Amino acid sequence: MIDANPAENPGERRAAYALVSPAWVAFVVLLAGPSLAVVVLSLTDWQLGAPTMNFIGLGNYEQLFADRVFWKSFTNTFVYCLVVVPGSVFLGLGLALLIEGATFGRAFYRAAYFLPVTSTLIAMAVVWEFLLHPSVGLINVVLEQVGIRGGDWLKNPSRALFTLAGIGIWQSAGLNMILFMAGLKAIPPDLYEAAEIDGAASVWERFRCVTWPMLGPATLFVTVVSGIRSFQVFDTVEVLTKGGPNKATEVLLYTMYTEAFNFFRTGYGAAITVVFLVVVLALTLLQVKAGEKRTHYG
Amino acid sequence: MNRRGTLLGHILRHAVLIFGLVIMLAPFVWMISTSLKPPNEIFSTKLSLLPNNWAAAENYTKAFTKVPLLRYLLNGVIVTGGIFLLQLIVSLPCAYALAKLRFKGRDILFTMVLIGLMIPAQAPAIPRYVMLYEVGLLDSYAALIVPFVFSAFGIFLMRQFFKTVPDDLMHAARLDGLGEFEILCRIMLPLAMPAMLAFGVISIVTHWNDFFWPLIVIQTGDLATPPLGTLFFRNEEAGSDFGPLMAGTVVITAPLVLLFLAAQRRFIEGVTLSGMKG
Repeated sequence: MIDANPAENPGERRAAYALVSPAWVAFVVLLAGPSLAVVVLSLTDWQLGAPTMNFIGLGNYEQLFADRVFWKSFTNTFVYCLVVVPGSVFLGLGLALLIEGATFGRAFYRAAYFLPVTSTLIAMAVVWEFLLHPSVGLINVVLEQVGIRGGDWLKNPSRALFTLAGIGIWQSAGLNMILFMAGLKAIPPDLYEAAEIDGAASVWERFRCVTWPMLGPATLFVTVVSGIRSFQVFDTVEVLTKGGPNKATEVLLYTMYTEAFNFFRTGYGAAITVVFLVVVLALTLLQVKAGEKRTHYG
Repeated sequence: MNRRGTLLGHILRHAVLIFGLVIMLAPFVWMISTSLKPPNEIFSTKLSLLPNNWAAAENYTKAFTKVPLLRYLLNGVIVTGGIFLLQLIVSLPCAYALAKLRFKGRDILFTMVLIGLMIPAQAPAIPRYVMLYEVGLLDSYAALIVPFVFSAFGIFLMRQFFKTVPDDLMHAARLDGLGEFEILCRIMLPLAMPAMLAFGVISIVTHWNDFFWPLIVIQTGDLATPPLGTLFFRNEEAGSDFGPLMAGTVVITAPLVLLFLAAQRRFIEGVTLSGMKG
C-alpha cells in the first residue's frame, strides 16, 4: 500500500522520539559508552580505586604482547576453538541428518540431545568434575572395566585443555544440531527426487550431490556461531581448573577476569578485553557475511 | 529428507542415536543417581544406577540446609524476571517505532542496534563494574539486573515481528483516535505474544545461566544467582561430599530443564532465531 502522506509528520515524529528514547539512553549508558570506555581505559595505567590515571599510549599492549602468559592464553583459546568447533559442528550435522531421516522418535531425540544446551553449565561443570574424578569418577570406573587406566583428566597439563574442550562439545552439539535442522528443512524435497532420477542412488550420493551443497551457507553460519561461542569459554575454566595446571587451561576471558577483577589492574584488563573484542568482532563480521547468503533483513 | 531405507538401515540409525544419547545424558543420569546414594556406595567402584540403601532424604536435606538453595533459586527468578520485564519495557516501544514510524535518525538507530548485536556481553564488563563501584551499587540486585536492560537482540527480534503486521491495522486505529502508545499496547502487544515468548526464552536461559557477571559483582551469599550459588556450595563442600553436592546440582538444574521440557517448541524456535544471544 502506498502511503497517502510520505513526508514525515511532526506528530508521528514526536511520538517516535518518545518511544525510542528509553532504548537510546540505555544503549548509550549501558552498551556503547562502556564499550568505548574499555578502549580508552586500555590506554591508561589505571587501577580500580587509584586516585590518579595516566595515559600511557600503547604501553599496556606492549606489556601484553611481551607477556608469555598472554600468548599462552591466546594460543590455548584458539586450540580450544579448533577442537570444539569441528567437533560440535560435525556432531551437530551428523545428529541432524540421523534424526531428520528417522521415521519415528524424532521429537524425542531432538529434545534429549538438546538438553545439555539449556542446562546450567556451572551446575553441570560440578557434575563433570565428579564424573572425571580420578578414582571414583564414572569415566575412569567405566574405563577400568575395559582395562584402561584413565588417569587424571583435569590435573594433567597435556590433557586438561582437551578435557574442557570435550565438555564444550558435549554442551554445544545440540545447538548446532538444531541450527542444521533448520537448514535441512529449507532443502526442497524434489531435489532428492531429481537426483535419484539422475542416478544418485545411494544415501551417500544423495548427501554428496544434494544435502551438502544445499547446506553450504548453513554450515558456514553454524561454524562461525560455534567459533564465537567457544572463543568465550570461561565457566568451565573457572570452576574446574582455574587456568591450571601450570597455565595449561589459561584462556583469554579467564586472564582478563583475573587481571581486571582479582588484581584490579583495570587498564591492563581493558587491553585484554580489546584483543578479545577484536577477535569476536572479526568472527561476527564473517557471520554477517555468511548470514547475508541466508536471510535478508527487510 | 528421504525417509525410505532398509530395515537394517533403520536399526543402525536408532542404535547409533541411542548410543549417543546414553553418552549425552550420562551426566544427568549419574547426577540424579548419585544424589540418591550414601557415601559408601558413591565411593565404591561397583556401578549401579539405583542405591542399595537410599540416602535421598539425607542428601537433599543436607543440600537445602548447608546452603540457601531456595534463596538462590528465588534470586534467579527475581533477576531473570526483572531483566526480562525491563527489557520488554525498553525494547517494545523502540522496536515498534523502528518498524512502523518514520522519523529522522531511524536508520542510524537501527544500525546501532545491529552493532549492539555484535558486541559480546563481556566486552563492556570493566566499565560497567567501575560505574557500579562509583555509584555504590556493587553487590546488589541492581548490579545484576540494570546492565542488561538494553537488549539489541530483543529490539531486533520485535522489530522484525512488527514489520509483518499490516499497516492498515494502525491506520484504522489512528482514525479511531488512538495514539501511538495506545496502538502499541492495545493492538500490537496481543499480536506479538509468540515473538515475545521466543525473546523471553532466550533472555531467561541466558541470564539464568550467566556466571561471568554475577561472579564479578556479587560477594554476598544471599544475593547469589543459581550458578554462583552452585559454586559457593561446591567450595563449601570442598568437592568431596558428593551426595549432597549432586542433590544440590539436581535442584539448580531442574527449573530450566523442566521449563525446556514444557515449552520445547518455543525454546527451539527462539534458539534457531538467535543462535543463542541475550
